[in-house]
Amino acid sequence: MSAAVETGAPLRLGLLGSPNSGKTTLFNALTGLRARVGNYPGVTVERREGTLELDRPAVIIDLPGTYSLDPLSPDEGLVARVLAGEIAPAPDALVAVADACSLERSLLFVAQLLRQDRPTCLVLTMADELAARGGHLDLPQLEAALGIPVVAVVGHKGRGIGQLRELLARPESWSRPPLPPPEAAADRAAWADSVLSSALRKRPGVHRISEALDRVFLHPVLGSAIFALVMLVFFQLIFRWAIPAMNLLDQALGAASAAARAALGSGLVGDFLVDGVLAGVGAVVVFLPQIGLLFAVLYLLEDVGYMARAAFVIDRVMGHAGLEGRAFVALLSSYACAVPGIMATRSIPSPRDRLVTILVAPLMTCSARLPVYALLIAAFVPAVSVLGGLGVQGLVLLALYVMGALAALLAAMLLRKLLVRGETLPFTLELPPYRLPTLRVWSLQVWGSLWSFLRRAGSIILVASIVLWFLLSFPRVEAPSGLPEAEARSYALEHSLAGRAGHALAPVFEPLGFDWKITLGLLASFAAREVMVSTLAQIYATEQQGRPLREALRDDVDPVSGRPVFTPATVASLLVFFVFALQCLSTLAVMRRETNSWRWPAFALGYLFALAYTASFATYTLVSALGRS
Amino acid sequence: MPDHAKPPPVDTAVPLASLRPGDRAVVVGVDVPGGVGRRLLDLGFVPGTALQVIRRAPLGDPVAYEIRGSRICLRASEAQKIRVRAPRAEPAP
Repeated sequence: MSAAVETGAPLRLGLLGSPNSGKTTLFNALTGLRARVGNYPGVTVERREGTLELDRPAVIIDLPGTYSLDPLSPDEGLVARVLAGEIAPAPDALVAVADACSLERSLLFVAQLLRQDRPTCLVLTMADELAARGGHLDLPQLEAALGIPVVAVVGHKGRGIGQLRELLARPESWSRPPLPPPEAAADRAAWADSVLSSALRKRPGVHRISEALDRVFLHPVLGSAIFALVMLVFFQLIFRWAIPAMNLLDQALGAASAAARAALGSGLVGDFLVDGVLAGVGAVVVFLPQIGLLFAVLYLLEDVGYMARAAFVIDRVMGHAGLEGRAFVALLSSYACAVPGIMATRSIPSPRDRLVTILVAPLMTCSARLPVYALLIAAFVPAVSVLGGLGVQGLVLLALYVMGALAALLAAMLLRKLLVRGETLPFTLELPPYRLPTLRVWSLQVWGSLWSFLRRAGSIILVASIVLWFLLSFPRVEAPSGLPEAEARSYALEHSLAGRAGHALAPVFEPLGFDWKITLGLLASFAAREVMVSTLAQIYATEQQGRPLREALRDDVDPVSGRPVFTPATVASLLVFFVFALQCLSTLAVMRRETNSWRWPAFALGYLFALAYTASFATYTLVSALGRS
Repeated sequence: MPDHAKPPPVDTAVPLASLRPGDRAVVVGVDVPGGVGRRLLDLGFVPGTALQVIRRAPLGDPVAYEIRGSRICLRASEAQKIRVRAPRAEPAP
């Protein structure tokens, strides 16, 4: 620390505490919007640092919540490695954060921090809750017993923050314990008990509101019903509220590209800006309302304290698939979009469980599949009813959803058995008291997640869209003169690099019943699933002809055999392919970010492609055979 | 919590998983080697610590325990490996 003073480098303070200790709220209260988020090399934990406004330059490092300095996983080991100065400059002083109501447990961790022989102070959060529950802590006594400064704060109300700032500016003057606490767990517990025997004048009583709410939310019968209801409402919100906003954005983007097209003409520059850049930006922007809403609801449930209850209720079911309760919410979110789903796996402490959840999340039917499903079902599934009013089109859609979910659970079971990375952690889950969320903390979390998605995934998608545009546009082949404009466009497309790739790869996809046009659509759809629809529209040049794409698909016949291109077997096979395949750059980008290597996104892409190919092949063969018999 | 809870046996240690909601007990030991056992200790399942069974999940598993000022849920597979005894005249957790 003295080194920091001499060199003029900013003072580095490490913020440490267990999950639910109020650490994040405190970090936000101290740094506001000035947090920087990055990555540590080789681990999946986010690196969060913020500048502190003190009378000297200071940086506060928000270390991941942990119960112990003895690491059980590489991610947890991060805290120990940061303290040792192995992957980032070591903090000059430590700020331990503990919930004033569960000090008995938190002091086990504080004991380990005090053995680090570094200036340390203790911040007690939820001081108001302690008082409300009738508890009383004698702070001077606690300071004396621990031998370090102690400050009580109410992070979300900013109470005590001023006093804390003054303290944080002068770690040189912090008192140090005369003797470090013992090391063994049992001895640490005895030490904690003796500290509290003098300082804890009155134990806090039961958190009455939590007790009353849990009696309802975790009731043997009502609990499951409420869980189902909450998830149903969650799901409805994501779709009901997000879809209109997405449609509006889609129209706005359409208008923007039309305007750009009009202004720039149809030259190379115009094509590049409209079909490359704008289309790429659009592919990301269109999903922002849904992803933002998902984050908003996820963080709200988390901050209120229901998320832990939901995991508690559903854990047994998820256990059958080798997953745990917290994986449920991640998978449910993936129904809307795998991106927030994968980001939600951060709440899963076991790295192995988390990895498995990330790898199966793309199997959940995300909303980007809907445009493809909608097109194919509308074109080829008859709009008739069976069994007294059940629409066949709806039933097919439902079957596709169910197929994805079942595949995700089965894949989870298998992957858990096959992947042996990381030690298995015991399932442990803390039920924090229910708390009123604060707008500030909540909005900072939502914004932070959304921004990090935009920045990381957005840049990758933009680059990929430009590459895709290039492949679809070059080489520029002159269509034979006399062709109408629409057909000239699809002629050019057929002779582009991508079109040639479609022809070249058609034999690979022929066993699935796909011709070169479907293959080209598939290739393009690996950027994002819904691109399939726009690519097919370009190939069939339907926009210019002013007729629905689904009619063009229905009418298309093979020039050689004269048979329809889209036979029932081909359609079924294509639908099945979309159920399984990972065709989404955003998902790959987020997987890369969350696992910190390209290895796992590559693995997911590979295993899901193999699954999709096999299942489509089986479907095509089966339906073709049925059609012949 | 039901108030008709039957306390665990006084002198012999039983698995934590055998207790029922409302029961109070004192941890005797954690029979799990390596990191998993260490994690349970970090969460407060230290010999001599008093705890209370709060409630089962609606589907029967996991179970929530009040220990050292927080509520921790464990699956039966973990709770089976934690030995507890009845509290003597100790104060409630």
